[in-house]
Amino acid sequence: MAGVELTLGHYLAVSAALFTIGVFGIFVNRKNIIVILMSIELILLSVNINLVAFSVFNGTIMGQVFAMIVLTVAAAEAAVGLAILVVYFRNRGEIAVEDVNVLHG
Amino acid sequence: MNFLADITNALPETILVAFGLSALLLGAIGGDRISGLLRLLAALALAAASVAAFVQFGRGEAISAFASAELSPNGLYRVTLFTLFAKGVTYAMASLALFMSGGFLKSAQMERYEYPLLVTFGSLGAGMMLSANDLMTLYVGIETLSLSSYVLAAFRRDSIMSAEAGLKYFVLGALASGLLLYGSALVYGFSGGTGFEVIASAPTSVGLIFGLVFLICGLSFKASAAPFHIWTPDVYEGAPSAVVAFFSTAPKIAAVALLANVMFVAFGPHIDSWQMIIAIISALSMLIGAFGALMQNSIKRILAYSSISNVGFALIAIAAGAELGSAAVLVYMTLYVIATLGIFAGVLALRRGGKAIDTVADLNGLVKTKPGIALGLLVLIFSVAGIPPAAGFWGKLQVFTAGIESGMLWLVLVGALASVVSLGYYLRLVWAMFMKPAGEPMDRTDASVAAIVAISTLIVFPILTIGIQFLLSAAAQAVVG
Repeated sequence: MAGVELTLGHYLAVSAALFTIGVFGIFVNRKNIIVILMSIELILLSVNINLVAFSVFNGTIMGQVFAMIVLTVAAAEAAVGLAILVVYFRNRGEIAVEDVNVLHG
Repeated sequence: MNFLADITNALPETILVAFGLSALLLGAIGGDRISGLLRLLAALALAAASVAAFVQFGRGEAISAFASAELSPNGLYRVTLFTLFAKGVTYAMASLALFMSGGFLKSAQMERYEYPLLVTFGSLGAGMMLSANDLMTLYVGIETLSLSSYVLAAFRRDSIMSAEAGLKYFVLGALASGLLLYGSALVYGFSGGTGFEVIASAPTSVGLIFGLVFLICGLSFKASAAPFHIWTPDVYEGAPSAVVAFFSTAPKIAAVALLANVMFVAFGPHIDSWQMIIAIISALSMLIGAFGALMQNSIKRILAYSSISNVGFALIAIAAGAELGSAAVLVYMTLYVIATLGIFAGVLALRRGGKAIDTVADLNGLVKTKPGIALGLLVLIFSVAGIPPAAGFWGKLQVFTAGIESGMLWLVLVGALASVVSLGYYLRLVWAMFMKPAGEPMDRTDASVAAIVAISTLIVFPILTIGIQFLLSAAAQAVVG
């Protein structure tokens, strides 16, 4: 069974790809704010892959502890984000990204 | 690991946690009827935390806590004189911002018990991130502050502007947290640890620099430095004024001091890698802040650009490095947030027919309708603009001196240019107040708001400046060591 040895570089590449998809998901997406929330989760997950991979290859436990903290905070962040989204929807009646334009910056 | 000693060492935060949790319980039982009482208690708890931080500062030594042999031998939590001073000012500003928000909350029908709690927990987050000696503490502190801030920005639930401000702040803030985390993960991976001491002793590598750049992006978002400032004018305009008074004082000085602390302590030996990045961010912030405000009509948008520009000035001192810059950062930001708090107190004080004033034209002829507040605002605006007799000038002088001594003359010249340009909009406010004919009469002013205007005016007032200057530089001298 020939296989490829997984190195740190592989994990970092996956994580970098996920991170890029997440960032582009925020900026390119013109449709729905829910998609932005999903992109944010994607960014946080890519960080977790990074942290755990580094933790294993460095042989230190801190990365795994950090990943647990990130998971917890990500849940809190999603809750706050959805709550704000509900408030916005009640005022505006829709959640299309193009229509977030009352404040013109 | 002595738990009791640890929580005593973290006394200011312990006060806020104890108060915040018990007040949450009280609020859940008492509901919105006790929101006025809770606001007063929260202001007192924040004042107590501020006093505790300054008492620790007075002892004159750095304090570590929450250390464990395997994970964090130097402690997850460490306060130096630099961070203690910043923390004391942060809590004091939060306390005063809460104290003066009563009248506004009543008139905007925002008197709910969550408000003082969110300010308390937000300030706790600001204190935690200042005490961070580890990327994890840093992250948890920043998120505690940010999550409270998102909710505060959207606190006026029936207003589309407030909801949109909250939404924009949340989306951009979450992205910045993502950048910060990605940077933290890379720094951890390439230095082998999350503690600041470990990072400082790691050799400079490409991966570390890469992580550092992401980290700086995330932190400068929180400090609203250009090019990560885009959220600031929108959030300032949309969020309720009392909330903006909090945003522009306590978290502002905390974020700038945090950026300085991370750069000086964790990345101090890598200064060659970040000095130019910070200098460019500083120059961009000063210029964008100065030119952006020229075309604005809303007072809150002007103040937002003013804060971007002022953060840029503080970044000159950070770029100058720990020895030259740390005292200047503290003096500059302290004087800036005191004056800003006064200006926002003035903005909160001025209401016409129950509605808060919004545009520059609403200030017309203020010297005839409210001469006291107009004079106070004059001194405060001069201080923020850095015009010589007011205290803000001394802050700017210190920052520029630090910049020149570290050999960044070009940055100081950009700063001088930005100062001159920004006079354009500061003087527009003054012109409206003193030279234009008066409009409709204003509503009666709350005593608490007028008191804050008076206090902050007196602090930055030219005659008292020399005394304050002595105090601040004495404090700042101790900070360098």
